[in-house]
Amino acid sequence: MADIGKRNGLTAVLDTFGTKVFRMVEHLGNIFILLLQCLGWLFRPPSEIRNIVKQMEEVGINSMPVVLVTATFTGMVLALQSWSGFQRFQATSFVGSVVALSITRELGPVFAGLIVSGRVGASIAAELGTMKVTEQIDALVTLATNPVKYLVVPRVVASTLVLPVLVIMADLVGILGGYFVSVYLLGANPYVYTEKTFQYLESWDIYSGLIKAAVFGFLIALISCYNGFIAEGGAEGVGRATTRAVVASSMAVLVSDYFMTSLMF
Amino acid sequence: MIEIRGLKKSFGVKVVLDGVDLTVPRGKNTVVIGGSGTGKSVLIKCIVGLLRANEGEVLIDGEDVTKMDERELVRARRKFGMLFQGAALFDSMNVGENVAFALRRLHLYPEHQVRDVVEEKLAMVGLRDIQHLMPAELSGGMKKRVGLARAIAAEPEILLYDEPTTGLDPIMADVINELVISLRESLGVTSISITHDMASAYKIADHIAMLYKGMIVEVGTPEEIRNTRNPVVSQFVEGRAEGPITAEHEDFIRFVHRSGETGMQGGR
Repeated sequence: MADIGKRNGLTAVLDTFGTKVFRMVEHLGNIFILLLQCLGWLFRPPSEIRNIVKQMEEVGINSMPVVLVTATFTGMVLALQSWSGFQRFQATSFVGSVVALSITRELGPVFAGLIVSGRVGASIAAELGTMKVTEQIDALVTLATNPVKYLVVPRVVASTLVLPVLVIMADLVGILGGYFVSVYLLGANPYVYTEKTFQYLESWDIYSGLIKAAVFGFLIALISCYNGFIAEGGAEGVGRATTRAVVASSMAVLVSDYFMTSLMF
Repeated sequence: MIEIRGLKKSFGVKVVLDGVDLTVPRGKNTVVIGGSGTGKSVLIKCIVGLLRANEGEVLIDGEDVTKMDERELVRARRKFGMLFQGAALFDSMNVGENVAFALRRLHLYPEHQVRDVVEEKLAMVGLRDIQHLMPAELSGGMKKRVGLARAIAAEPEILLYDEPTTGLDPIMADVINELVISLRESLGVTSISITHDMASAYKIADHIAMLYKGMIVEVGTPEEIRNTRNPVVSQFVEGRAEGPITAEHEDFIRFVHRSGETGMQGGR
């Protein structure tokens, strides 16, 4: 203990930094273990179908309004921006293609992922965190129920299945939003716009977005469950867990998006 | 019968249990007393397998809980019911669903009987017609009783009580004491309670064991504990501010204080 006082600035900085890195690697390892446990419990009886359906409602129905509003305005602003940009080199007829491709391949899944990170990630971490600090998770265990099976599996499965559905709808309203702005506000020809929207759009563009969405849903639920499980120290701890869950799952969405994009195209 | 032999548990460098030996006879209530932070909760959590002990054995009817894998533990835990300090009711479910939780998970009764079984368990803890209420609508004493009904629902052989009377008014505390006694008599369960409420301990215990510095320092009947010669035990049960426990405690506080100071210098 005595030598702690003698440390100079540099070692102190390295020490702090190193501890952070170690902590992060530890968290990653733990999340991976949780993933394996999750897979291990996935198909074991009793089935958690009822629980999964309840979570799908929680994730899907409740996130739908906010995802749809976000997607609509994203499509609208995208049309507006690309219109004013493309006007500079007389390419406004391509606005439809740009909106359709950007929304399906990138913006639909990513914005839905970020919104769900905030909404669902926070609620999962807060709920499980509260259960942890009030010993409800311990109580589950003593009632012959595995918490990973009962709490994590339904959330992860529901979120993985529901996010692609949300993204299909986000794609649709995003493209429609772009259409309305271009046709009714900017005076684009509706026939040309519609034709250009579908001319370059391939089914893989849509599928790749849906695959991304499923991966985002999976990561968000897993990371948020983990952060809820490690919460400790009362209300403050639950608050910290919630913040960490939202930050970590948003980052996971953006980082995994880059790598999936580079693999897919 | 529960036999604990040489149980050790530490968190990082902090040793909490340092070789606990304790035998809990069948059908009796053993109360573990000890100050806050002495590891009573850790002990009880090691017994039910919520925490993994570092060393030692916990034998439940001859089977060692500490060596079991997760699947065996799930089976072994069916013998246990546990009442948590804050009752730990699932706050997303109403009282009926809480009490029925294990019954439904284990499919112990057909669904149309569950409601009646739950009502019967609630009657055992002196409650009726509250199945539709949510935990947030209950008082502290009622929560504990519902928690107790949930713990006994699947008819466990062993009941663990984590500070059953803490945070209750004296009358409600005594209601819980009476319940603990009547459950032992009517169900014949083996039970372990942890508490620092001596009035409760004297009332419900067949045997009292004192946990101090990670070890059981004395075991005896309530009468033997009341008349103990051990200075540590006698300070605790009589609730005196001065004695060997406090002196150690103050040393500890000074130690933490010192290491806290150097720690802060290192952080700068």
